[in-house]
Amino acid sequence: MALTGIFLIVFLLVHCYVNANVFFSHGEENFNRAAHFMGTNILVRIAEIGLFAGFILHIIQGYKLELSNRAKRSSKYAVTAGNKTSTWYSRSMALLGTLILLFLIIHLVHFWVPSRFGGLTEVNYDGKSVLNLYGRMKDVFSQEWVIIVYLLGCFSLAWHLLHGFQSAFQTMGWNHKKYTPLIHSMGVVFSVVVPLIFALMPLFMYFGWEIPVGELTLLF
Amino acid sequence: MQHYNMDLTLKVWRQQNRNAQGGFETYQVKDISSEMSFLEMIDVLNEKLIHEGGDPIAFDHDCREGICGTCSMVIDGRPHGPWKGTTTCQLHMRAFKNGETIVIEPFRANSFPVLKDLVVDRKAFDRIIQAGGFISVNTGNAVDGNAIPIDKDDADNSFAAASCIGCGACVAACKNSSAMLFVSAKVSHLALLPQGAPEKSTRVAAMVDQMDKEGFGSCTNTYACEAECPKEISVMNIARLNREYLASSFNADK
Repeated sequence: MALTGIFLIVFLLVHCYVNANVFFSHGEENFNRAAHFMGTNILVRIAEIGLFAGFILHIIQGYKLELSNRAKRSSKYAVTAGNKTSTWYSRSMALLGTLILLFLIIHLVHFWVPSRFGGLTEVNYDGKSVLNLYGRMKDVFSQEWVIIVYLLGCFSLAWHLLHGFQSAFQTMGWNHKKYTPLIHSMGVVFSVVVPLIFALMPLFMYFGWEIPVGELTLLF
Repeated sequence: MQHYNMDLTLKVWRQQNRNAQGGFETYQVKDISSEMSFLEMIDVLNEKLIHEGGDPIAFDHDCREGICGTCSMVIDGRPHGPWKGTTTCQLHMRAFKNGETIVIEPFRANSFPVLKDLVVDRKAFDRIIQAGGFISVNTGNAVDGNAIPIDKDDADNSFAAASCIGCGACVAACKNSSAMLFVSAKVSHLALLPQGAPEKSTRVAAMVDQMDKEGFGSCTNTYACEAECPKEISVMNIARLNREYLASSFNADK
């Protein structure tokens, strides 16, 4: 869980960074170019296989763990300590994970499926034809229910990360007098900031917001 | 603190034996002193039950000083009751108010089957210790302990881990019925000392293996165990166990 979790945390960073192009002026071209790079570069495509494997492993491990752990106490308590001794989200990782999985399926159908299997318009930049994923985002995020689903997805992700980030380090045995408080704080910042940036994307698209900056591009 | 007497309603789990269907029975106790321990309160109830010709409530207890790890019980959803760092025998009735209803259950986990009422079978812990929670010592004269230099921090951490009394509250508190806090304390207190170092690789592998065989759940780091532990064993030990286990699995000679 911990290894795949850390791997997926790294993926979130990359995903967040590339997509952050849409916040700025010239977002359309910058984002489409970045998406084109991510969709065509051979190394990124190989990494994509690893990403799918990481997701699938994390999901299967998670459900196996939850089922096996639930089976360890057949006779339930009449009264439980609830939130007095542990946080609700640390006890609800399977539930939060399931919500994220549902979101992920919707998200793949919205963007990954059409970008791989067709159905997207193309745009031309300097004679190079690239898929108009920005246009797709505009379309998808013009519907209110989609915005709500995405906001809920980000919300579930935030709670999932709030436990998962620090828990991954503990499982790997990285509990240190000096560094663990730092890891915990980093975990809280990551769990709030990254899902917040993701949550802002549909809102920017829906309301047509844009941060005016001259030449900034988040390409690499 | 002001002394007071209280009347209480107790909902106690009664179960005839390992295979019987258990259920809650309700009892009234009167004039319980706030200076009694929780177990003394149950003694009072049991005397009353015996006088009335009933079956007294079976519960585990031994030293009643908070050091042996025999007493158990989940009181209002909390193993060893509401006080932090306290065993049931050291929990005093001043933790409760007059007229309160208290729900008393056994530690619940498939690896801790109920023997009768509030008594559970915790031999699974003994078998984990037998699997590796010891050091091998040559016979002959005992070596002078002070002759072996030990870092002060290591000695302190080892001692803190060794204060685990093996009561099983960690398992009872964990939503997964995981025994990781117990096993990690037992692994840590030996792994941190030079006397435990020669066998540390085999020890951690054998103890974790036995823990899994006993049917305890996996740790998902909710840290409810640390919050409920009467000896306040730190989850730092669980990370140490994970490190030791990882190192042991890379040990090509084992």
